[in-house]
Amino acid sequence: MRFTIKYLIFIIMVFTPNITFGLIEVDITRGNLNPLPIAVSPLFVEEQSAKNFEKTLEIENIGSSISNVVENNLKSSGLFNPLKKEAFLQKPEIAHLKPRFEDWSLIKAQALITGEVKYENEKLRVEFRLWDVLAGKEMMALAFTTVPKNWRRVGHIITDKVYERLTGEKGYFDTRLIYVAEEGPKTKRIKKLAIMDQDGFNTKYLTLGNELVLTPRFNPANQMVTYLSYFKNLPRVYLLDIETGVQEVVGDFPGMTFAPRFSPDGKKIIMSFAKDGNSDIYTMDLESRIVEKITNHPSIDTSPSYSPDGKYICFNSDRSGYQQIYVMKSDGSQVKRISFGNGLYGTPVWSPRGDLIAFTKLHKGKFYIGVMRVDGSGERLLTENYYQEAPSWSPNGRVLIFYRETKSDSEGKGFSAKLWSIDLTGYNERMVNTETDASDPSWSSLLSD
Amino acid sequence: MIFNKILKNSLVVIFAGLLLSACATKKVSNQIQGDVYTGKDTIEYLASGVPDRVFFATNESVLTTASRETLRKQAAWLRKNSKINVVLEGHADERGTREYNLALGERRANAAKDYLMTYGISGNRISVISYGKERPVDSGSNPLAWSKNRRSVTVKAN
Repeated sequence: MRFTIKYLIFIIMVFTPNITFGLIEVDITRGNLNPLPIAVSPLFVEEQSAKNFEKTLEIENIGSSISNVVENNLKSSGLFNPLKKEAFLQKPEIAHLKPRFEDWSLIKAQALITGEVKYENEKLRVEFRLWDVLAGKEMMALAFTTVPKNWRRVGHIITDKVYERLTGEKGYFDTRLIYVAEEGPKTKRIKKLAIMDQDGFNTKYLTLGNELVLTPRFNPANQMVTYLSYFKNLPRVYLLDIETGVQEVVGDFPGMTFAPRFSPDGKKIIMSFAKDGNSDIYTMDLESRIVEKITNHPSIDTSPSYSPDGKYICFNSDRSGYQQIYVMKSDGSQVKRISFGNGLYGTPVWSPRGDLIAFTKLHKGKFYIGVMRVDGSGERLLTENYYQEAPSWSPNGRVLIFYRETKSDSEGKGFSAKLWSIDLTGYNERMVNTETDASDPSWSSLLSD
Repeated sequence: MIFNKILKNSLVVIFAGLLLSACATKKVSNQIQGDVYTGKDTIEYLASGVPDRVFFATNESVLTTASRETLRKQAAWLRKNSKINVVLEGHADERGTREYNLALGERRANAAKDYLMTYGISGNRISVISYGKERPVDSGSNPLAWSKNRRSVTVKAN
């Protein structure tokens, strides 16, 4: 008891009071300088449900497990500061009925999430509420049902709803990442396609590592992936159905095809085709199989990415002598260079909101991830490092994920490749957990939208 | 001796003139000149006196004087061994974005292919593959390692 009191005092001293009027709001445009203190009460599970979940999922406390997923998501966003559960005074079941707001404001929580999980007809039913502690009001109440093995997704969906209610923008937590899992020495690196939840759980490997694979990207519906494979030592763009595992080569090109992405309607693949030392951009319609040549220039044209309305394409070209970013209409007309800063620019990728293009920049031996407006103005560099590239946007256009490599010594020791994410504001840079080394991440859209 | 020195120096000047990026880079060791690897460490031989690879400056696919000499030797060897086909494997160093490097490796291998063809080797006997930065020969993160990795390697295909 004495310990608890001391602990409370400590909490109070650390979290300085922040008085707000009216309903709470989280400002996501200014970074995470002042994350919102939020209490995520473990979801209540009555005894019989608890027993059933323990039997089917082999999880001791499903309510705590789901709330941990929520808490971890909120924390990783950088916008929220989930409070330690040891300090909670009210029991989950009572808090869910009617929180005693004084108890929660005492530990400086501004928002509170409560809920209950039930086992009903072999399904998992969850009900949760979001409370404004200072105003003493319920902000949101929702319930949904799913199969028990989807319990982590339940946590992600709750986070998305809370994030949307408090920031006014869609969340990005019920999403997956596809990436390249890497192992072995640099000279004989083994690479596999891997897919995992946004928070690093439920990793599955889609290829065995027999051939080199690179740059996987989701289609808008998240069931297909396009990527580059060196199957039979012929580097070609492939299409993979994630559910069925069926793969096919995209098109019938007499040479290397690479740098694939889907069009925003998912009907076309856009990619580069290299022939006789010249790479140009092509599209192939997946239904009609019609191939169109989009650029026609004796330089390297690669890394194409559509605007979300499908009307424009940004891409990488060295037609000026060095790698720069260009924008053109989707038929290849009106090509315009947009990058004019010092250094080289690569891997342009159009934001899902349409207003920004993220890129990799190489300048004076350093690599940067940055963003610029689609006319090239307003360039902002978010992060600088020894080596990093290939940003991919979260579906709400608020976070970028990319990969970063470390320097190795002359024997190749010290080398690693990891996924990192950073907020569009340049704050909240963090490593994303992966089972192996990882590169070429691509973010899915929201799975339950 | 003095003549040799003059010759060496003038070669350096020629290199510097050939390569746009030469002015930006310093001589890192005596195995790199004008940003291009000139050592022998990684080289293998297709036949006695026929080196298997040529090297490039950063972001470049221009063949140096030494590269052209190597490729002329390869062409002579290919003419003598008319049943041998080759694959030219183009590579880039690790200091560039993956997709661009794939294109750059392809461009480098094709620069070597074009040169072999001007010396009478049929394009049918030569295929090209780019590995971008995926298959370095030296895993170090230093200018010497990078210079060894910017290469086009001629490999027997049969």
